[in-house]
Amino acid sequence: MKTRLARHWISGAMIGLTYLAAVLATLPLLLILAHLLKKGASSLSLSFFTSMPKPVGEAGGGMANAIVGTLILIGIACAIGLPIGIGAGIYLSEKRSTPLAQSVRFLSDVLNGLPSIVMGIFAWKFLVRGYVGHFSALAGGAALGAMMIPLVTRTTEEMLKVVPVSLREAALALGYPRWRTSISIVVRTALAGIATGALVAVARIAGETAPLLFTAFGNQFWSTSLREPIAALPLQIFTYAISAYEEWHAQAWAGALVLISIVLVISLAARFATRSRFGAPVD
Amino acid sequence: MLQSIEVAPEPRLIPRVVTPRAVTADARETAAHDKPCIVTSHLWAFFGDAPAIKDVSMVVPQQAVTAIIGPSGCGKSTLLRCINRMHETAPNTRVDGQVEILGSAIYGDGTSPIAVRRHVGMVFQRPTPFPTMSVRANVAAGLRADPKSRLAQRNVDEIVEEALHRAGLWEEVKDRLDESAMTLSGGQQQRLCIARALATRPRVLLLDEPTASLDPLSTQKVEELVYDLRETVTVVIVTHNMQQAARVSDRTAFLLAGELIELAPTNALFTAPQDPRTEAYITGRFG
Repeated sequence: MKTRLARHWISGAMIGLTYLAAVLATLPLLLILAHLLKKGASSLSLSFFTSMPKPVGEAGGGMANAIVGTLILIGIACAIGLPIGIGAGIYLSEKRSTPLAQSVRFLSDVLNGLPSIVMGIFAWKFLVRGYVGHFSALAGGAALGAMMIPLVTRTTEEMLKVVPVSLREAALALGYPRWRTSISIVVRTALAGIATGALVAVARIAGETAPLLFTAFGNQFWSTSLREPIAALPLQIFTYAISAYEEWHAQAWAGALVLISIVLVISLAARFATRSRFGAPVD
Repeated sequence: MLQSIEVAPEPRLIPRVVTPRAVTADARETAAHDKPCIVTSHLWAFFGDAPAIKDVSMVVPQQAVTAIIGPSGCGKSTLLRCINRMHETAPNTRVDGQVEILGSAIYGDGTSPIAVRRHVGMVFQRPTPFPTMSVRANVAAGLRADPKSRLAQRNVDEIVEEALHRAGLWEEVKDRLDESAMTLSGGQQQRLCIARALATRPRVLLLDEPTASLDPLSTQKVEELVYDLRETVTVVIVTHNMQQAARVSDRTAFLLAGELIELAPTNALFTAPQDPRTEAYITGRFG
């Protein structure tokens, strides 16, 4: 039989361990951020955001094209991934046990585990070699969008599942048609969660490099055309980081810092836009 | 005067003989209550192949409170959910037979379940306020369900206030109409749900164990409310609690394993049950 004192000490030690685990879990993120700030902040200036890359040897220069390119690629990916993903998620939660729902659920899990470079090859085959005919922003965005679909589908379904059935029944009993029950009660109640899921997906694809290598390809010049190759921060960081030039390395650090900031800003903006009207999170 | 005999006219069911005592025992039974509101005839409800309601034929009079009692799993809620066509929203369910409300067959060809539900309000066991809506929007939710309705075009604020008055909640929430409905207490949330159901001016209000998750004080408030509502709306209340049935209802139906055993004026059912099974249940021998 343990004494009270022993229990007290064991309890204290266990609580201490959970604190330690919590710190260890956030430590890598903090270290990465600190390191990025230290290495990247010095190269960060207004001109980094406004000017184009300069050839080796010339001072200054920025990644304006890559920043805009990344935003465009994220936009295309969202335009493809969010409607399909959210729509499929709603379908899965409405028709939980039909054979089609079960296969969609299984396939989206498989798709989720697919290496991102395979997604790039898929876009290359159908868009670069096929529909568009050359490297393009469209192909890059499509590859990223296809990566988003399974993530968004599954998180949307999970978020809709936790909306109590009683709420759905209450709406039906008030004379809401089924589609309105789904949209204005069930989806509306889970909206904050669905948005969070969408953000996780955006954050996940924003830094993807592999699917862009042979789709968006990268571009040293200013281009916002969807049918032309387009610059992207991850590609630019990759190119600069493996180069032999000290100033390019510094630019790569700054680029990484900007990439993380973009993800952070998108996250905060969407959180703000979908926050509960009444402040407190919906339980 | 002969009281309505509600049980199915089938011989294999328990023949109901209305004794003169049963009639006089309930003074509340007045002529107005003789008009039928809900009439079910040979109603069967299934989950898959298993019947939950077996051949129930009954008459629920207008502007009265009818309680449905019976042991757990006897089909009380299912019977209630057949009256507003909610039973069919669950997968693999089926309804046979007919239900008429004020003369209209709600399972008739071309009758949409949505139209039925707009005229039959329902309140559930647990409060179900919509968490993303304010108190006001919750009460108005039923009006918004049917944007073309005459009610939706009237002044919504007036209707909201009236519904909250009828649910006895106005004084408590009149200064917090724009706050989240989730900030109300459990009992207030349940009365909010009753207000929401009343806002569309249904002819029938179905209550599925409305006080099962409430404390005694809130329960009392809801019971008083139900008692008062009978003036304007026909109420059917499912309850586990026989005292509650005795307190709030004019007539009580006893259901056992999906069959209607007895339906009689509440006083008569509790003081002189005609069926030995009813007597066994209300004296606590099972259930």
